[in-house]
Amino acid sequence: MSTATITATCPECDATVNFDRAPLNGEIARCTDCSAELEVINTDPITLELAPEVEEDWGE
Amino acid sequence: MRIAMTYTRLRVEERMLIDAFEDLGADVTPIDLRTVVFNPTSLGEWAQYDAVFDRSLSLTNTLTSIRILESLGVRCINPLHAIETCADKLATTLAFIRAGVPTPEVRVAVDSDSGLDAIEQLGYPCVLKPTVGSWGRLVSRINDRDAAESILEHREVLGSVNHSVVYAQEHINKPDRDIRVFVVGGNAIAAIERRSEHWLTNTARGAVAAGMEVTPELADLSTRAVASVGADIAAVDLLECPSRGLLVNEINHSMEFRNSTTTTGVDIHRVVAQHTLDIAQAHASQAAGDGDIHPVQRACDASIDGEGAGSSGTPEREGVLA
Ligand SMILES: Nc1ncnc2c1ncn2[C@@H]1O[C@H](COP(=O)(O)OP(=O)(O)O)[C@@H](O)[C@H]1O
Ligand SMILES: [Mg+2]
Ligand SMILES: [Zn+2]
Repeated sequence: MSTATITATCPECDATVNFDRAPLNGEIARCTDCSAELEVINTDPITLELAPEVEEDWGE
Repeated sequence: MRIAMTYTRLRVEERMLIDAFEDLGADVTPIDLRTVVFNPTSLGEWAQYDAVFDRSLSLTNTLTSIRILESLGVRCINPLHAIETCADKLATTLAFIRAGVPTPEVRVAVDSDSGLDAIEQLGYPCVLKPTVGSWGRLVSRINDRDAAESILEHREVLGSVNHSVVYAQEHINKPDRDIRVFVVGGNAIAAIERRSEHWLTNTARGAVAAGMEVTPELADLSTRAVASVGADIAAVDLLECPSRGLLVNEINHSMEFRNSTTTTGVDIHRVVAQHTLDIAQAHASQAAGDGDIHPVQRACDASIDGEGAGSSGTPEREGVLA
């Protein structure tokens, strides 16, 4: 599989977001064009949404 | 070995861990906790895993899932008790005190007035922290009484009840860094310093991490600290006190490490994955000795057998709940 075949569209700026392998639901990606933080909300077809703001109970 | 890795958002760390498990020949299933319905009386699908490795970004989701799974007899990493202790800075402090692990002085109060007294007992500057929190959020340095009064009033008016506990800590006049030691299976495997011009040295706040040597003192202190909370895998934060030397500040039960593999030269994700497999292996052998059935499952089976129509005689297995 060529690395360029897995792509999705940035919901913020419409740019193409590339994945070097099939992403999983909940995976966090960054748009290289607008640097928005994105979350994979569907894997077939790959659909991206702006990643949510940090919640109070998130962390290490 | 079959490992379930539970998550709520899949970060670089989780990807690195999945790769490490696969490289080690393990069967790892990432499970998005947001898609799961738990039945606390039945293992169901979870029966196929030898261990569950929690990597949830959300503490609420971690606690909810691990409480149920551990109650069903699943070996969870970290164990529930370790998570509950690490997630709460007061519980962590108490564990350190009981174990004789050196840690900054703390005063605790449940009211604004006594909170001010707590702060004044420590003197200025001191540090106020939410007992539950991470990435340096709402960790405040209080330099004088004016600041103390206003922060307590803000908390009272704007904060949720979670913020009504005043957990005040002695301020440690550390150099412009803190130290983080990664402890896996009782071994201090790597250390970084987190350097910043800001007094908060969280990398989430822009501190820059660099690898450093795990000195015998760092190894001793951090492994003792992790043992005191009962964690299998954790990252220990230490502060260098000019007068009292190394003090353990807190322990993170679900550590981030994406940049620490290159800075330390240690494949942290690989060591973590290997240790998880070792735990799963040990748990699986023990379960096999017990007839390969988790305790709660056994209990549920036993009570069903007991009530079942035409069930002849007593259940063969001992029922815990029956
Ligand atoms: N008592 C203290 N004295 C000096 N610096 C502190 C103290 N407590 C915390 N800090 C600084 O604040 C940072 C965040 O505090 P910490 O207790 O680790 O909370 P969090 O869980 O949000 O990371 C630490 O990494 C350290 O740089
Ligand atoms: Mg910390
Ligand atoms: Zn974009």
